Amino acid sequence: MTTPQPAIELKPERGGEERIFYATQWQLMWWQYRKNRLAFFGMFVLGILYFMAIFAGVLAPYESTERFGGLEMAPPTKIHIRDEEGNLHRPFIYAFDFKVNMDTLRREFVENTSERYPIYFFVASEPHKLMNVIPVKWRLLGTEGAPLFLFGADHLGRDLFSRTLYGSSISMFIGFAAVIVTFLIGISLGGIAGYLGGLIDEVIMRVIDFMTSIPNIPLWMSLAAAIPRDWPVIRTYFAITLILGVISWGGLARVVRGKLLSLREDDFIMAARLYGASVSRLIARYLLPNFMSYLLVNITLAIPGNILGETSLSFLGLGIQPPAVSWGTLLQDSQNLTVVAQRPWQLIPGGFVIVTVLMFNFIGDGLRDAADPYTRG
Amino acid sequence: MLTFIIRRLVLMVPMLIMLSIISFTIIQLPPGDYLSTYIQRLEAMGQRFNEAEVLALKRQYGLDQPMYVQYLKWMQTVFNGTFGRSFLWQMTVAEVLSTRLPMTIILSFASLIVVWAMAIPIAIISATRHNTLVDYFFTFIGFIGLASPSFLLALVLGWLLYQVSGTMITGLYSQEYVNAPWSVAKFLNLMSNVWFPVIIIGIGGTAGLIRTLRATLLDELGKPYVTTARAKGLSETQLLVKYPIRIAMNPVFSTIGWILPGLINGGVIVGIVLNLQTIGPVLMRATLSQDMYLAGSIVLILSALTIVGTFISDILLAWLDPRIRYGAS
Repeated sequence: MTTPQPAIELKPERGGEERIFYATQWQLMWWQYRKNRLAFFGMFVLGILYFMAIFAGVLAPYESTERFGGLEMAPPTKIHIRDEEGNLHRPFIYAFDFKVNMDTLRREFVENTSERYPIYFFVASEPHKLMNVIPVKWRLLGTEGAPLFLFGADHLGRDLFSRTLYGSSISMFIGFAAVIVTFLIGISLGGIAGYLGGLIDEVIMRVIDFMTSIPNIPLWMSLAAAIPRDWPVIRTYFAITLILGVISWGGLARVVRGKLLSLREDDFIMAARLYGASVSRLIARYLLPNFMSYLLVNITLAIPGNILGETSLSFLGLGIQPPAVSWGTLLQDSQNLTVVAQRPWQLIPGGFVIVTVLMFNFIGDGLRDAADPYTRG
Repeated sequence: MLTFIIRRLVLMVPMLIMLSIISFTIIQLPPGDYLSTYIQRLEAMGQRFNEAEVLALKRQYGLDQPMYVQYLKWMQTVFNGTFGRSFLWQMTVAEVLSTRLPMTIILSFASLIVVWAMAIPIAIISATRHNTLVDYFFTFIGFIGLASPSFLLALVLGWLLYQVSGTMITGLYSQEYVNAPWSVAKFLNLMSNVWFPVIIIGIGGTAGLIRTLRATLLDELGKPYVTTARAKGLSETQLLVKYPIRIAMNPVFSTIGWILPGLINGGVIVGIVLNLQTIGPVLMRATLSQDMYLAGSIVLILSALTIVGTFISDILLAWLDPRIRYGAS
């Protein structure tokens, strides 16, 4: 990818052969990207997940801290449409009764089939805030009488489904926030190294080598340990973001440097320099657009790493602190196998982590192929 | 070759110095002076300190002196092999880690072997049966392995194992062997438990290596020399083993540099989840109670080990591949 040339060998899409000659680089990328089903699917799923994260306030049936006494560790509620006699109803649930299992002497939950509690849509609720800003007075789902635990309840009787939704807003956006830090450090250090070259380049490259060769989890853990436990949620959030971002800029800086090194010898840069373009114009007008697509790929592939980092730290109790919820803090409840064996539903937030990371990887791979003019055809 | 090794060794020195500075920064990070926090905590628990003791401790850590002196004092403990004192355990860091560090190294090494044992055959199968159901299946599994945090793998697979067989793997030994001296029985007991964490730690690295190996092998399989060999009547297996696989094996060594940090990462977290007798749980306790000498030393030791491991793999690679050997020197 040296000059922004039209890819002549590209097969015309619907709309005639000339279309590709006028298309911008981004349009070409988009057309190529669309062909990759997996990447497209990834974008679709992530769209849904981000939608859920943003609208958690109305999609979740309960507040993240709302406790249901007596229903601690309740399993996921089954949704029925047929009652005991086999009659069809609108979706409904049963309330839980306790029974002591005489073999294990454990309290078990059984459904009390004497009364049905229908599930309603768009139910009125206590006034609360959407995204902590917009006041709303309704929720998408609700029941009266018996609580609806789509993913079961935790050890304090809180609805895991609601908590997963609320947690997604922290987990899914921290990836972006941390990537901004990564991006700023990576692009400036990589830019300096690639543009100036020489000794500075050598030093920065050694630092990059160093950063990529040491294991980051112990480093993250020790840095996170230094965050005082009594800091407010927002401050902890920013501290964790900073810790995640500060450690993972090596890969990006390497890409920026490599691209700059190869580009600055190119003829069109030389031409621009000869007609007197300033350094800032050179960078903003000619250099940056040329590897913006590579940056995009790198950023997309860096986000899931940050999400995994936050999840791991919070899982260990070193990241986001309660009462704030993230997927990691939710998984913290199942830190040992005994708990998992008793309440496997507590691992459900982990499924969200995997799906999110997977989709980011699909999108990143799709973008990589789309950004590379040699795979077009 | 010798110049290559020397060049590499010289490059390693600034890295290790940088590492020691970062580790020392970690020790200094928590707000306040850790000694006073520590004394406060102990006094809250009812222990008494006299002035002389506090002064002695202060002098030992050089807390009354400027930062670089403190750093040099700490480096001194690093070089005499004690790594300073853990407040939490009331012994030197070296003593805390004495049995756990070897176990961590053994586990990481075993995981590396597992990574190879899983990735190489799978990559060969995937590449030779390109775009078949088998290939898609392994690609899918690989993606899942790449996307799952290692603690989640440990929890899910541990739970599945429990559902299927009824055994729950926690720790490296059964209860009765934890503090027992080494014996054949203890060793067998270790072997019956250790495979589980080793596989889990390995899975993340395996997924990445499969992708690289498969891509390299696919590149090689499309080259004219493969067609030539086939045209000359070589059987498929013979042809595969003789040329493309040998070339495609290069990534096995060139990727150690990023697989090793991953294995250490996974080892720490899986160690915590499964409560293994490795460094993981110690680091966890140290960070939770802000025992920074211990935490900083662990970061230093684990990272230094990774750097040394990468160094060894670089030398192996140079020994295998003359292009690197001569290109570098």
